[in-house]
Amino acid sequence: MADEFYGALAEFKTPEDLLAATRKAKEAGYRQLDAFTPFPVEGLDRILRFPRPTISFVGLGGAIAGASTALAMQFFTNYDYPLNVGGRPIYPISAFAVVTFELTILFSALAMLFGMLWQNGLPRLSYPVFDGERFHRASKDRFFLCVGADDAKFNASETLAFLSGAGALSVELVPE
Amino acid sequence: MSEQFDILPTRQSMGGIADQLTRIPLHFPADRRWMIAMTIASALLLLLMVSVVELFTRGVGIWGINIPVNWAFAIHNYVWWLGIGHAGTLISALLLLTGSEWRNSLNRFAETMTLFAVVCAGIYPILHLGRPWYVYWMFPYPATMGVWPQFRSPLEWDIWAVLTYLTVSLAFWYTGLIPDLAAARDRATRRGWQIFFGITALGWRGSARHWQRWQQAYRLTAGLAVPLVVSVHSEVSLLFAVGQIPGWHSTIFPPYFVLGAAFSGFAVVSIIAVSLRSWFGLKNLVTDDHLNLLGMVLLATGLMTGYGYIFEVFDAVYSGEPHEIQTLVDRFAGAYAWTYWGAVIFNFIPLQALWLRTVRRSGWMLLVISASVVVGMWLERYMILVTSLYRDFLVSSWSHFTPSFWDWSTYFGTIGLFLVPFLIAIRLVPMISIFESKKLLHEENEEQQHG
Repeated sequence: MADEFYGALAEFKTPEDLLAATRKAKEAGYRQLDAFTPFPVEGLDRILRFPRPTISFVGLGGAIAGASTALAMQFFTNYDYPLNVGGRPIYPISAFAVVTFELTILFSALAMLFGMLWQNGLPRLSYPVFDGERFHRASKDRFFLCVGADDAKFNASETLAFLSGAGALSVELVPE
Repeated sequence: MSEQFDILPTRQSMGGIADQLTRIPLHFPADRRWMIAMTIASALLLLLMVSVVELFTRGVGIWGINIPVNWAFAIHNYVWWLGIGHAGTLISALLLLTGSEWRNSLNRFAETMTLFAVVCAGIYPILHLGRPWYVYWMFPYPATMGVWPQFRSPLEWDIWAVLTYLTVSLAFWYTGLIPDLAAARDRATRRGWQIFFGITALGWRGSARHWQRWQQAYRLTAGLAVPLVVSVHSEVSLLFAVGQIPGWHSTIFPPYFVLGAAFSGFAVVSIIAVSLRSWFGLKNLVTDDHLNLLGMVLLATGLMTGYGYIFEVFDAVYSGEPHEIQTLVDRFAGAYAWTYWGAVIFNFIPLQALWLRTVRRSGWMLLVISASVVVGMWLERYMILVTSLYRDFLVSSWSHFTPSFWDWSTYFGTIGLFLVPFLIAIRLVPMISIFESKKLLHEENEEQQHG
């Protein structure tokens, strides 16, 4: 039975209703939970106990890569073709600072954008929840909670009843 | 700011905002006015194309540049356009980090403005190269000639700074746009729009997990964008300050340029804000309070730019260097004194009206003052370039600069290069951040309930 569904989707009117329902679902023992909201809802990640995102480390990695690339490039080109400009030093860190700073930021920002998309599994144009009858309002003014069918406690009728009891405006099952 | 008063009227609903803002691209409301604007913009773009063809055929001699004034309109307009772009990043990134949520109604079109202003700036150094087909010489590639670009020169820093700025601005703009593209995708009814927004939204579904990573990426990119803006325009000022030309060789240049850039940019943001809100009836989202805050920022950055003017005088006098003082006198009373006094008058005189709250809250007054600032800053860049160069160290090479027809046509043409993609963007993407407006509205409602 559980294999035919992706999960149960419940629609809430306000972020507060969603937070309360998510808390209840956690207490009831559901584990495979995700929420879909039109804007980031504060506190949701704490209730859902998501691990802290690691985008900052991706950005740090990008920054280090950018700085090393820039410094290596500038040292090498001046080593390979040393040009005496009025007796000024061949390897002045101060003159290398600008390009190093720019590439640090460039690599870091791009690493974070692509890291975020990669970790989020995007682009993925089709996803089971999009089949939800009312899901188009998740980008407008409704807040959705989804209980995954792979949850140990998932049972189609019981889960739907539970979500209705938690104050949902509408509930539905989304096919796999 | 939101602690003191509600900047968005709280009577509107989230669904209403989403419908209102997605309707602008999906069912474009102002077709006729858009067509008129687009016709003018396209004509200007055509003028640019003609000018560029003429330039590439006959060379930079068609401009008014000479020796000693070899850096005139090309670098002048480059600095001017790039400066305008900077306000978009500042308004978006800096105000995001400081939690000034009034930015939410302004950031999207300000960032869009940044992108196209940087493009306009970016083409100028290439046009000025003389042999633009060698632009790839700026990049380090293993050339058969065995030479590399000179990384100890500010002219080489420039291309890295501008390209980085363009790329990071684009990444930041797109990151912030993804959730709104998803909102537009879900409202779209026509097949073409569904495909367009479906692909560009990358399948964004608003998952809590995704929001969490997205928020971290967005805020950190904003954190990087702020020092990036400062570094890019500081680097631009170093194009001048690293040389020893009188009137350029000064330590005040980096902050002076960055503040002037923010000043002119906020003026353009004000112009676009006032125009868009009357054009599309967005007074519920871009409120008089927004204009009030923009007016305050404009006044503050203007006064800081004014400090730069005073310090420049001090710097020249304090140096005691005869050429520096000569350049100062030339600025006050030389052949180009009209640019100096024009800059002072257009930049700082109408600006003083912004001390009054009623002026700041009036759309058309802000529009007039901003237009004056844009002209003033344009004159300032002209003044910095030409007054320093036309009388350099060698008296025998003193000369004058008069912009030619092609100087002007290229400059007006870049206004078309700015407006055409901007007008297209208005029709393609939501020009005000939908999800951030909803978030702000929700927070305001919550405060009212608990307040």
